[in-house]
Amino acid sequence: MNLASAAPIFSIQGLTKKYGETTVVNNLSFDIKPGECLGVIGPNGAGKTTTIRMCLGLTAPDAGTVSFYQPGQSALQMPHDALAIKDKLGIVSQFDSLDPDFSCAENLLVFGRYFGLKDAVIKDRIPKLLEFAALTSKANAKLSELSGGMKRRLSLARALVNDPQLLLLDEPTTGLDPQARHLMWERLQRLVQQGKSILLTTHFMDEAERLCNRLLVLDHGKKMVEGTPRQLINDNLEPDVVEVYGVGALALLESPLKSLAARVEVSGETVFFYTQDSKRLLEALTDYPQLRTLHRPANLEDLFLKLTGRQIREDA
Amino acid sequence: MMTFQMTSNWAAPRISLRWIPVFRRNFLVWRKLAIPSLVGNVAEPLITLVAFGYGLGMLIGTVSLNGTAVPYILFLASGSICTSAMNAASFEALYSAFSRMHVQRTWDGIMNAPVRLDDVVFGEMLWAAFKSMFTSVVILAVMLALNISHSPMLFLALPLLGLVGVMFSCIALIFNALAKGYDFFTYYFTLFLTPTMFLSGVFFPRDQLPGVLRVASDWLPLTAAVELIRPLFLGHWPAQGLQHLAVLVIYAVIGFWVALALTRKRFSS
Repeated sequence: MNLASAAPIFSIQGLTKKYGETTVVNNLSFDIKPGECLGVIGPNGAGKTTTIRMCLGLTAPDAGTVSFYQPGQSALQMPHDALAIKDKLGIVSQFDSLDPDFSCAENLLVFGRYFGLKDAVIKDRIPKLLEFAALTSKANAKLSELSGGMKRRLSLARALVNDPQLLLLDEPTTGLDPQARHLMWERLQRLVQQGKSILLTTHFMDEAERLCNRLLVLDHGKKMVEGTPRQLINDNLEPDVVEVYGVGALALLESPLKSLAARVEVSGETVFFYTQDSKRLLEALTDYPQLRTLHRPANLEDLFLKLTGRQIREDA
Repeated sequence: MMTFQMTSNWAAPRISLRWIPVFRRNFLVWRKLAIPSLVGNVAEPLITLVAFGYGLGMLIGTVSLNGTAVPYILFLASGSICTSAMNAASFEALYSAFSRMHVQRTWDGIMNAPVRLDDVVFGEMLWAAFKSMFTSVVILAVMLALNISHSPMLFLALPLLGLVGVMFSCIALIFNALAKGYDFFTYYFTLFLTPTMFLSGVFFPRDQLPGVLRVASDWLPLTAAVELIRPLFLGHWPAQGLQHLAVLVIYAVIGFWVALALTRKRFSS
């Protein structure tokens, strides 16, 4: 499918939210196409969760619109058509809201009823959903018997009970071990292949790079950049990074070596050289045998740190 | 640019049939834990009835009510069933509802589906009233078995006790909406429900109260409940029945409206 030309399924325009003097989300606009995974990345406090809450009609924006489109029908708007929109959405929020008193299968049954689905319809879907979540053997297990990764997958299965067209996933893999995270990624990729659209917030750059067709970097409630992961890296960064660390690394900042890099950053005891010409830089560094170097292509994390800064924020 | 039109938190409740799955969710949990919860709901009021009714009843003998002598156990039973309905509804709409709303985030999960907060609160209110009603049925059955009263009018007492459950659920949900933690509910129980119990003519006739308290007690929700239900135990119609009925309905409607407005406020921030 050609994503660029398709009509969007979901769109927010000029969304703004203020709490007192603080603007949490500032004139934010984006679209999601059918079958597209859009990633929203940004530091803590960037406005990601507030944006999701406004998409769900849980928080009222001070300005802007949230619209859901279906082929051949007039657009649905939050908050007026909130129930009709939620009927088409699947939501995995940052914190699990699974029912601790129920088994996995009961969690799915009870949640399906909130959509007005008949028990027979839900019970027909439950085995497929459990299989998708790799929880078939846990159908009758209590929630307390599940690991963190299993709970997140059950949350995902629960969000699919109404066969949604768009999934809103707020940090779906936070707190999971690598195995559980990879399984989650594999399942999300499968959903995109099935034609579902996904809006994903995450802190993990490898997750964003792997899953998202398009990315949006958010900071202080504003959109910094938007594009495909590759395009964003190419447009904003030099192709190569040489990291140098060890005794005396910081002294390189005063040396002529610096001119071989387009941009130099320091974090702790490590110096990052962003360069178009890594060959000459690496040759020059052979004069400093006591220093250790790491040569790698620029990645999304470099972009993220360039745009949002390396310093830890006190309010985050 | 279009802006969002936010309706006021105080706008009229918008109730649809989506409260039913909310109610059914609670019912499914309760079915698993029904026996232990039954013991808790019913044992305590019955112990009170037996201890005070038969114990104090021996000393007191009869109570004079509007000129007629009424056996104390009958006087107490007809009042304490109202207290049980009140306590059961309040407990469910405070501690249990708060667990679901705040601690387990069950309500947040429900509202990710196409269910309005209004329906969640309405479903919770009816659920607490149902549990209260269930307690009333069991206690009434025990009272019939103990032969405390066998007035045929007792069958009318059941729907009225259901309404008492609805009313106290509505009032309790106001405090649920305001709560920051479970500690807050201790105040509600000790500063409101316990005095209410002593001022509403459950344990002794209200005409023994000093003037000011007597006037205050006229307007308490539990007073209206006791004034309606006690005569049915004695086998005659309540005096000013419609007035007391109106008091129950007004407390319920206003209570629900305020509870919903405060809950909407809590969830919109």
